[in-house]
Amino acid sequence: MTGQVLYAQLLYGGSGILLVLLGLWSFLVHGPLLRKLIAINLMGAGVFHILVAIGYRGIDTPPDPVPHALVLTGIVVAVSATALALAFGKRLDQDDD
Amino acid sequence: MIRPLEHIIIPIGLIAVGGLLGWSFFLAVTGDTGERLAAVALARVPDSGVSNPVTSVLLNFRAYDTLLEFAVLLAALLGIWSLGAADTGFQPAASVLDGMVAGFVPLLILSAGYMLWVGAYAPGGAFQAGALLGSAGVMLALAGHRNAGLPSEGRLRILVALGVFVCAMTGLLLMVAGDGFLTYPPGLAKWLILLIETAATLAIGATLAAAYLGGRPTAHPTSGETT
Repeated sequence: MTGQVLYAQLLYGGSGILLVLLGLWSFLVHGPLLRKLIAINLMGAGVFHILVAIGYRGIDTPPDPVPHALVLTGIVVAVSATALALAFGKRLDQDDD
Repeated sequence: MIRPLEHIIIPIGLIAVGGLLGWSFFLAVTGDTGERLAAVALARVPDSGVSNPVTSVLLNFRAYDTLLEFAVLLAALLGIWSLGAADTGFQPAASVLDGMVAGFVPLLILSAGYMLWVGAYAPGGAFQAGALLGSAGVMLALAGHRNAGLPSEGRLRILVALGVFVCAMTGLLLMVAGDGFLTYPPGLAKWLILLIETAATLAIGATLAAAYLGGRPTAHPTSGETT
């Protein structure tokens, strides 16, 4: 493993960890449902960053397919969970009126 | 004003968590790689029926997982539907947007078909193609088509369950044939993967577009459509 690959992995994975922490902070601190939802999605994006960084093996070699497949399916689950949470939130707002 | 919980305790805890995560990530990428799954997976790609490693992991080595993935999508949509009917939707679009949508939606469907096919040997596959189909539906919904181009509820129910149904039936039939659940026989693997991916693309696209509508499709689908 060359130094350049390691550098890219650390940069990308470190940004992912930063995104996870920002999302976690926002999730804990902010009250409104929509902000919590955005925070969870931010955390998810961070996790995808970390997984992509782990799968990266240099620009010439094909990436590790296992974490890549995880990211692909994770994106779809994140989208559908967000849609479900938004529907819940909308219904809660309706019941408040 | 400084609130101690929000501005001191939680950030300190998060910095500690971040340090731990960063350290373990550093160890994971620098440490001894040992027996990684990547080598095993890449070595078996030629047997999987497709030459794209990601697709062979998704649809062959971890096909079980992908089946449950389709089920998660379906469950999310059923949850959304159980919360009530969809909103009335947007106003029909002006002619410029309508013309643009009329041009883009066929292109999106065409690219979805291309993505589905190219997934066998290059980046692409059912999830990407389904996302393109879903975005075509979102575009139609934004332009004021009330049901986002989706069929009536009876047919839509079949469409969104298609991914789970075809994948599970393929697995069960393979089991009956004596190969084990979703263990493709070598000669048939490519075609079985293509069959499951086609069904999954349609199901994912329909599910995403229906989820965007935010509720059960309403009974009178044609109002709001441009005639």
